[in-house]
Amino acid sequence: MSVYLLCLILFCIGLYCILRKRNLIKIIIGIAITGHAVNLFFILIGYKANGRAPIHSPDQTILNMVDPLPQALVLTAIVIGLAVIALIAAIAMRVYEKYGTFDITKIRRLKG
Amino acid sequence: MLELQILLVFMIIGALIAVKTKDLLSSVIAVGTVGLGLSLAFLILKAPDLAIAQLVVEILCVIILIRATIRKDLPFSTSGRWLFNTFITFMFLVVFIGFGYYCMRDLPRFGEPIMKIAQHFVSQGLKETGAANLVSSVVLDYRAYDTLGEATILFTAVLGVMAVMRKIGRKK
Repeated sequence: MSVYLLCLILFCIGLYCILRKRNLIKIIIGIAITGHAVNLFFILIGYKANGRAPIHSPDQTILNMVDPLPQALVLTAIVIGLAVIALIAAIAMRVYEKYGTFDITKIRRLKG
Repeated sequence: MLELQILLVFMIIGALIAVKTKDLLSSVIAVGTVGLGLSLAFLILKAPDLAIAQLVVEILCVIILIRATIRKDLPFSTSGRWLFNTFITFMFLVVFIGFGYYCMRDLPRFGEPIMKIAQHFVSQGLKETGAANLVSSVVLDYRAYDTLGEATILFTAVLGVMAVMRKIGRKK
C-alpha cells in the first residue's frame, strides 16, 4: 500500500509540474516524470512477493514467476515515451527559434 | 521491500529538485536521475528487460533534452494571478490524491497479483512459442500486433521530428 502511495505522489509531482510551470522544458520534464510513475505503477501491480524474473531455465523449473504481461506492455510504453518526448522537444526547439522564449504566456502571436 | 521504498523516496526527491530548480540544465540532469532510479527499481521488481530498455531510453532522453536546453535562457516570471493559480493547482492535486487513495483499496495487495491471463502465459508460453523469456514471447508472439503498432508510432514520431526540424523549403 505504501509503495502505491509513493508512486501516486511521484505522479502528482509530475502533474503539478505540467499544470503550474510556464516553461516549455519544465512541462516536458513533467510529462517525463508522469510517464515514469505510470510505468512503475504497472510493474508494481504485476509484482509477486519473492518472485523470480519471467525467464525459463533449462535445468530447473521456476514456479514463482512475476506477471510477464505488464512487463511486455510497459516495454512498449517506454519506447513510445521516448518518441513522444523527442517530438515535443523538437516542437519546443522550433518554438524557441520562432519566438525566442520558452515562456508559454509569451507565445501568443498566431502566425501562419 | 524496504529498498524499493528507499529508491522511491530518492526518485521523489529527484523529481522535486527537477521541478523546483531554476536552472534548466540542472533540471534535466535531475530528471535523468529519476529515470535511472526507475531502471534500478525495475531491476528490484524482477524485470531485467525493462531495466535495460529504461537505461538506454533515459540516456537518449537526457541527451535530447540537453540538446533542446543548452544555451537557452529561462524566463522565470511570477506575474499574473500567481496566488490564484497555485491555489487552484493545489486544490486539484488534493482532490486527485484523495480519489487515488480511495481507489487504492480496490487494488490487489502489493505482492499478490491476480494473474488470470498470465497464468496461461507462464504455464504454456514455453511450449507454444518456444521462447524461454516470457516477456519476449508476449511481445513478439501473443501481442505481436501491439509491437507492430509501436513500430508505427515510432515511425510516425520520426516523421514528425523530421517535418518539424527540416531546414530545406521553410519560409523565412
